[in-house]
Amino acid sequence: MNIHEYQAKKLLAEYGVPIPKGGVAHSATGAIYQANELGGDKWVVKAQLHSGARGKAGGVKICTSQREIAEFCDKLLGNNLVTHQTGPEGKMVSSIYVEEASDIAKELYFSIVLDRTSQKVTLIASTEGGMDIEKVAEETPEKISKIVIDPAVGMQPFQARQLVFTLDLPNKAIAAASRAVMKCYRAFRDTDANLLEINPMILTTDNKILAIDAKMSFDANALYRRPEIFEFRDKTQEDPRETHAAEHDLNYVGLDGNIGCLINGAGLAMATMDMIQHAGGEPANFLDIGGGASAERVATSIELVLSDDNVEAILVNIFAGINRCDWVAQGIVDLLNKRDIDIPLVVRLSGTNVEKGQKILKDSGKKVTTADTLSDAAHKVVAAWKKAKGK
Amino acid sequence: MSIFINEKTPVLVQGLTGRMGSFHAQEMIEYGTNVVAGVTPGKGGTTHLGKPVFNTVKEAVAATGAEASIVFVPPAYAADGIMEAAESGIKYCVSITDGIPTHDMIRVKRYLFARAKPEDRMILTGPNCAGTISPGKAMLGIMPGHIYMQGNVGLIGRSGTLGYEAASQMKELGIGISTGVGIGGDPINGSSFVEILKHFEKDDETEAVMIIGEIGGPQEAEAAEYFQKHMSKPVAAYIAGLTAPPGRLMGHAGAIVSGGKGSVEGKIEALEKAGDDMYDLEALIVSVSDKNYLNDNKFDVSIDIIDDGEQVLDTGGGIMNMISSTNEKNFLILNSL
Repeated sequence: MNIHEYQAKKLLAEYGVPIPKGGVAHSATGAIYQANELGGDKWVVKAQLHSGARGKAGGVKICTSQREIAEFCDKLLGNNLVTHQTGPEGKMVSSIYVEEASDIAKELYFSIVLDRTSQKVTLIASTEGGMDIEKVAEETPEKISKIVIDPAVGMQPFQARQLVFTLDLPNKAIAAASRAVMKCYRAFRDTDANLLEINPMILTTDNKILAIDAKMSFDANALYRRPEIFEFRDKTQEDPRETHAAEHDLNYVGLDGNIGCLINGAGLAMATMDMIQHAGGEPANFLDIGGGASAERVATSIELVLSDDNVEAILVNIFAGINRCDWVAQGIVDLLNKRDIDIPLVVRLSGTNVEKGQKILKDSGKKVTTADTLSDAAHKVVAAWKKAKGK
Repeated sequence: MSIFINEKTPVLVQGLTGRMGSFHAQEMIEYGTNVVAGVTPGKGGTTHLGKPVFNTVKEAVAATGAEASIVFVPPAYAADGIMEAAESGIKYCVSITDGIPTHDMIRVKRYLFARAKPEDRMILTGPNCAGTISPGKAMLGIMPGHIYMQGNVGLIGRSGTLGYEAASQMKELGIGISTGVGIGGDPINGSSFVEILKHFEKDDETEAVMIIGEIGGPQEAEAAEYFQKHMSKPVAAYIAGLTAPPGRLMGHAGAIVSGGKGSVEGKIEALEKAGDDMYDLEALIVSVSDKNYLNDNKFDVSIDIIDDGEQVLDTGGGIMNMISSTNEKNFLILNSL
């Protein structure tokens, strides 16, 4: 689960990580109020949405007057902002964060990740702050330092020093930087985070360390024990179809194609998407209906797939282990009895009770194309879609 | 031989009296698995499915000599259950549970690695997997046992249902399985592909290995490298989800391609690297889009490694995509089994 910058900063500040003064607002008036509270004559005003690369997309502005702040808010609040991380539709700017401007002497990069190679928590730092760190890793890997944390004892102060001494900081700033890094680690550890990225972490002209940006995301499997983190959830940043699916305990990811998919199991769902593309189509979604799918659940899933207007054909691919093909078939027939589906529907059933399932589909007299294998199913649905669209 | 479990292996079911544990333990017993006991704290001294129930794994091991265990414990307590198994002398443990917090799994791994020398260390597979099966002998999992045919190809997969798909396609082709191992779809797992490959390499009964991988994390690419350097047996591999968009989690907690060119998060980079190595060795990623290709002895060679993070390689979409140093040898061996 992702959270907003202002929420991450609030959380980090509670752990003692130094951040600039700032406040969140939900209107232009509110933003001006926050600027007045901060005082001064220069503010950094930032659109809050779950995406990086906001600066390049026009989501961050240094303002020197109330009028500028108001204009910025009017333009962005409530509208979608497209960054190169959001996809073409962008994400809604749900709030604005107003922050005092800092005098930057040096920009650094700092992050904490769950590294899948070492299978441990790993800290990453670089002198190349404000840059795309993936590009730095590729072009100048020597400018990146890493520290791997022993999970039994946690991070030690010497490790923080090892990391910050690679950052070309003045001696006066070393202690503050080490403390900031340790505090970030504690925040990460205590909240079941799986990513904390501060880009940039800055050295100010008076040798202070400040987290200018903050991005955090959390392990969804651990939210049950982090209710305070779950409070940060912002549904405006989620695909409503995915939110709706999650309420039914279904795993849905909206994609850009036209072939709606309904599959049991994440791996099989991915394989089916690949196969659809191989057959010349584009999947409209990833949908894992999970194990033990009842007829009702199957019907709900198809409705969900159909709620995407781009869907022009549907593929159901079930390999029943704990599932039963007859339940799945019944769910399809029940739905077709309730409503017409005027787009091609291809169903591939395999595994437990496959004969029963196929019989239910056949006896229903409904217009359902059946397929025997994964490959057969993908080719059939793409062919049916092309035919229906006159391609 | 098979790896990890056979018809004699005494098996313990952690969470035997729960709904999941009960249902699947019954299936395992019917398959022929030597289930000797269950553990449910507070229910020690009772009997369930005709098996004695103990309060702790330690007591169960002392009383029954259990060597393997399967953990059907809810996510919040599963890490604890796995560590209890390790501490009590269990040698092989399967964790089925989906949804264990990642920070818990990091601690589990540290515990396993710190407390015992490699030769004494409990082998953990999963979590978030369908389990392990040595067809015709024993099943430590939730898979439909009948789709696995006994034979000489080792099968390693992340996903449950995609593993079933592979097993049933293999069965239709007349390819039997020595042991099928699910390593799970979580970002931190007990054993990687490489660790399971080591066991298959040593197993007399296994003549080739099939890997069913997916996007996310470096383990599939590490397996490709390991295979080239250390394996005498052919390995075929399939990777699911290559058409998935970067930055989106595809169901499994670990199935995500980190976006961006040259992503630091291993997968793309590592796969590209493995791809380059394979070019050097004249190795190919062979994609066989359906079984007719296999039967006709024809296969569609498609290598398409793109470095912009959008698509790593074009698998051709088939389930039987193969990574091998000498694809023809691989292909023939698989086909002649």
